[in-house]
Amino acid sequence: MLDKNGIAKRIAKEVKDGYYVNLGIGIPTMVANFVRDDISVEFQSENGVLGMGPFPFEGEEDADIINAGKQTITTMPGASFFDSVTSFAMIRGQHVDLTILGAMEVSDKGDIANWKIPGKMVKGMGGAMDLVASAENIIVAMMHTNRAGESKLLKECTLPLTGVGCVKKIVTNLAVLEVTTDGFKLLERAPGVSVEAIENATNGRLIIEGDIPEMKL
Amino acid sequence: MIRKTVENVQEALKGVKDGMTLMLGGFGLCGIPENTISELVRLGVTDLCCISNNAGVDDFGLGLLLQKKQIRKMISSYVGENDEFERQMLSGELEVELTPQGTLAEKCRAAQAGFPAFYTPAGFGTEVALGKETREFNGKMYVLEEAFKADFSFVKAWKGDEAGNLIFKGTARNFNPCMCGAANITVAEVEELLPAGSLDPNDIHVPGIFVQRIFQGEKYEKRIEQRTVRPRN
Repeated sequence: MLDKNGIAKRIAKEVKDGYYVNLGIGIPTMVANFVRDDISVEFQSENGVLGMGPFPFEGEEDADIINAGKQTITTMPGASFFDSVTSFAMIRGQHVDLTILGAMEVSDKGDIANWKIPGKMVKGMGGAMDLVASAENIIVAMMHTNRAGESKLLKECTLPLTGVGCVKKIVTNLAVLEVTTDGFKLLERAPGVSVEAIENATNGRLIIEGDIPEMKL
Repeated sequence: MIRKTVENVQEALKGVKDGMTLMLGGFGLCGIPENTISELVRLGVTDLCCISNNAGVDDFGLGLLLQKKQIRKMISSYVGENDEFERQMLSGELEVELTPQGTLAEKCRAAQAGFPAFYTPAGFGTEVALGKETREFNGKMYVLEEAFKADFSFVKAWKGDEAGNLIFKGTARNFNPCMCGAANITVAEVEELLPAGSLDPNDIHVPGIFVQRIFQGEKYEKRIEQRTVRPRN
């Protein structure tokens, strides 16, 4: 089974040379730590920066330079700042190659819910609805089950949707899955996790074809 | 040169009344019009509808107006860091219209640029699209979103000149440029107000035509919401 760093490490392998990548809050932010340093990648943050770098050294924080998680950041050589309209032109106009974000639920048709629990938690969708509605390539990073042990990979989402039929790939603490027209296709198992364990933790339609390899990290 | 300078924040906010719709720039606490918010608290105007990406934190930014119950309605994309906000919203005291962030920005820009509405894919198939016109273009579904209408737009820039030209710094730019000229009156507060001619016309982010009043803010706290650092080796 993977921890959050492990999930981020596995997703980092999906980041290819020449990609502009938008990282969501939480596990997705950690992906940047594991991207190979022999490829050229630029990270976009929807509050208005392309070419985001690591956190600043202590004492070098600048209140005017943050990411969408409101964390202080630095910029890389070649970075640029822009306004929110331009930022979402990059996203809506499909100039960003890969979007990685978290989710509360994903359905076997690729629907995603991650912004609201009616009556309990309302944080808002931020840029997530724009991102999932436009991105060609969306990877969800999440735990396979919630704190109550219930599957987050469902036949239908029960929470208010963020987007419809948009998720392409999911990386959880247990598995890598692809969303196909017939449901979740199991691609890889996390180290030490059996196919049965993944079946038990998955509520939506699950396709298992042949031997399922263990992830290489 | 058409002068846009006003003496102080009091003069800049002349005409702000109860029940008005206000746009406020900023992302989190980054690039918010701090001096304007303080003055809105002092004026005690109520029943406000505020269009702003976030709602500040409990004791800073728009959170200050929420504490005083001056806001009737918020139009935002993300409100996660404010307990008082969540309390007022869940209890029904505060009306909240959550809008996808890119749609929020574009609704400002549409108002600025004279478009009554636009189609966006964001929110299709979700509760955001309920009651809204949808249409298919090239096999993909889109939602019709209308331009905002607001009485005042309050933005914050790094540098500005007497002509109302603005330059922003870092990610403090965010929603500020698209809110300029998107309301009946746009008020810009700047860290440094310079004589006309001091700024290179090549460097201007927002031309002064979109700004009616400009003033230099007295002080900027520039609070950091999530101070994140890495160790030096």
